[in-house]
Amino acid sequence: MKILVAVKRVADYNVKVRPKSDHSGPDLANVKMAINPFCEIAVEEAVRLKEQGIATEVVAVSLGPQAAQEQIRTALALGADRGILVQTDVALEPLGVAKCLKALCDKENPDLVLLGKQAIDGDNNQTGQMLAALTGYAQATFASQITVGEGQLEVIREVDGGLQTIAIKLPAIVTSDLRLNEPRYASLPNIMKAKKKPIDSTTPEELGVDVAPRTQLLKAELPPERKAGIKVEDVAQLVDKLKNEAKVIS
Amino acid sequence: MSILVIAEHVKGELKGATLATIAAAQQLGDQIDVLVAGSDCAEGADQAAKAAGVTRVLVAENAAYDHLLAENTALLIAELAKDYSHVLAPATTNGKNVLPRAAALLDVQAISDVSAVISEDTFQRPIYAGNIIATVQTSDPIKMLTVRTTAFDPVPAEGGSATVEKLDSVHQTDLSEYKGEEVAKSDRPELTAAGVIISGGRGMQNGDNFEMLYRIADKLGAAVGASRAAVDAGFVSNDMQVGQTGKIVAPDLYIAVGISGAIQHLAGMKDSKVIVAINKDPDAPIFQVADYGLVADLFKALPELEAAL
Ligand SMILES: Cc1cc2nc3c(=O)[nH]c(=O)nc-3n(C[C@H](O)[C@H](O)[C@H](O)COP(=O)(O)OP(=O)(O)OC[C@H]3O[C@@H](n4cnc5c(N)ncnc54)[C@H](O)[C@@H]3O)c2cc1C
Ligand SMILES: Nc1ncnc2c1ncn2[C@@H]1O[C@H](COP(=O)(O)O)[C@@H](O)[C@H]1O
Repeated sequence: MKILVAVKRVADYNVKVRPKSDHSGPDLANVKMAINPFCEIAVEEAVRLKEQGIATEVVAVSLGPQAAQEQIRTALALGADRGILVQTDVALEPLGVAKCLKALCDKENPDLVLLGKQAIDGDNNQTGQMLAALTGYAQATFASQITVGEGQLEVIREVDGGLQTIAIKLPAIVTSDLRLNEPRYASLPNIMKAKKKPIDSTTPEELGVDVAPRTQLLKAELPPERKAGIKVEDVAQLVDKLKNEAKVIS
Repeated sequence: MSILVIAEHVKGELKGATLATIAAAQQLGDQIDVLVAGSDCAEGADQAAKAAGVTRVLVAENAAYDHLLAENTALLIAELAKDYSHVLAPATTNGKNVLPRAAALLDVQAISDVSAVISEDTFQRPIYAGNIIATVQTSDPIKMLTVRTTAFDPVPAEGGSATVEKLDSVHQTDLSEYKGEEVAKSDRPELTAAGVIISGGRGMQNGDNFEMLYRIADKLGAAVGASRAAVDAGFVSNDMQVGQTGKIVAPDLYIAVGISGAIQHLAGMKDSKVIVAINKDPDAPIFQVADYGLVADLFKALPELEAAL
């Protein structure tokens, strides 16, 4: 089984990103960048499938600026075999990403494409579903467990009501939820080895994909700030405030 | 403007998320059709027809659309969407699963988690875990949106009298098959519909200690939620997670117990009307958003709170 994993370069999850002072977009100057946490989980899952002898090759793909190479290197250090960078400085939208990934699927013919359920910058939660539409493959989003069977996968999905199990035919698109696995730390020898693994570079144009955005960011602003309230002395005062001041309990 | 709303219904019950989505649709126009799909959808369709503001209910009664299975339902939505200016689904796990798939079939860039309608083509949505509110304008001919249901007051469940029409187009791909569901059973209100929520974090130490929260919840008619740390540690099930990647809630009262207040948790609850935090660490970030903070050991405070209610 050949697996393609999509990894996105995003602001580190510990950073509280703020809008630029002119409201034109998020202020990412000097912000630490990292692999999207959900993508890291997707890579880990692919590597585990390889370690179990189920997957034969794991290819990590990232789309974005030249610097997205770093996130591909992270995936290679975690155990992916090779990388593909689709280099562009256009601010990509899920549809454009999905179209590029579709073009790569046509070349690489993976049996399984793993993505994160959501990139924590745009919080779109769309790319996997869109890729599934464009390839015509089955999809399993929000996966918290994947079991590989004959020509199919059984996937447990984290849905609003609890856990849902579906069976999907291969080839398929799966997006990872948080509890799919706990990613390993890359060891120093593996980080060194990753430097020698190949990364191919291409562009949306070379893939024949138009990634011109469909939406325009008119404004990026702070949400209404919540002010810290007061500290109460004890439970009795808390209950009193809730009853008589906030009037949210009776 | 004509708007198609994708309904969510479970066992004959139209979900509140659908009524909030209809409310968002009302800000776009007054020709609002609701699609009810799946087997046994007569009751759901009936309820959709009674909801205020609905013009027509389209019923696709077929097992192919059960649980809004993405592969089949996306084909149905894509087929219908051509007659509409907007297609809206609630930003539930079902809505997020199927709407982007339908959008890609139509070569449309969907817009996720819409929290405000500015105009027919311009919307607001939170990005970066809610730390930024983005105003985005789309140039796509069909606008396909998922709606953050906490941001819109649901339309009344009664008062409408929409016509009901049957659809007979069936899209059956056999790409995927529903096997079953492990649904958390509870007599307490649903997290996303509750007026009061009490949530526990890692500070609760184990699942048994959540009993303290359940007892208080029962006194308040509240739902019980949790931080990711509490879910990951196995204290409670995943459907209770509140946050950027769990459920988004906005109750009148949110009580956070033994929760530090990470960005990702705040993303799911900071639009609550009144926030209470109980935490033994006076510097916990949760206090920065709490209207009422109690610095205390939860094992002392919770029994006292239960007794005081
Ligand atoms: C991609 C991503 C997505 C995430 N999504 C979510 C999400 O949706 N929801 C979410 O919640 N988290 C999410 N997280 C995790 C988040 O970053 C935090 O790790 C998590 O919210 C911490 O949970 P907590 O506050 O329960 O635990 P901790 O941060 O460990 O806090 C425990 C708190 O309990 C207090 N405490 C301990 N004992 C007591 C006591 N006896 N009495 C009173 N107080 C006590 C401590 O002072 C502390 O403040 C996500 C993380 C990532 C990377
Ligand atoms: N620029 C990108 N490069 C690589 N993968 C991406 C990119 N954008 C999105 N993805 C993949 O799609 C998933 C969901 O992203 P999104 O739909 O933007 O929330 C991510 O977790 C990635 O796996």
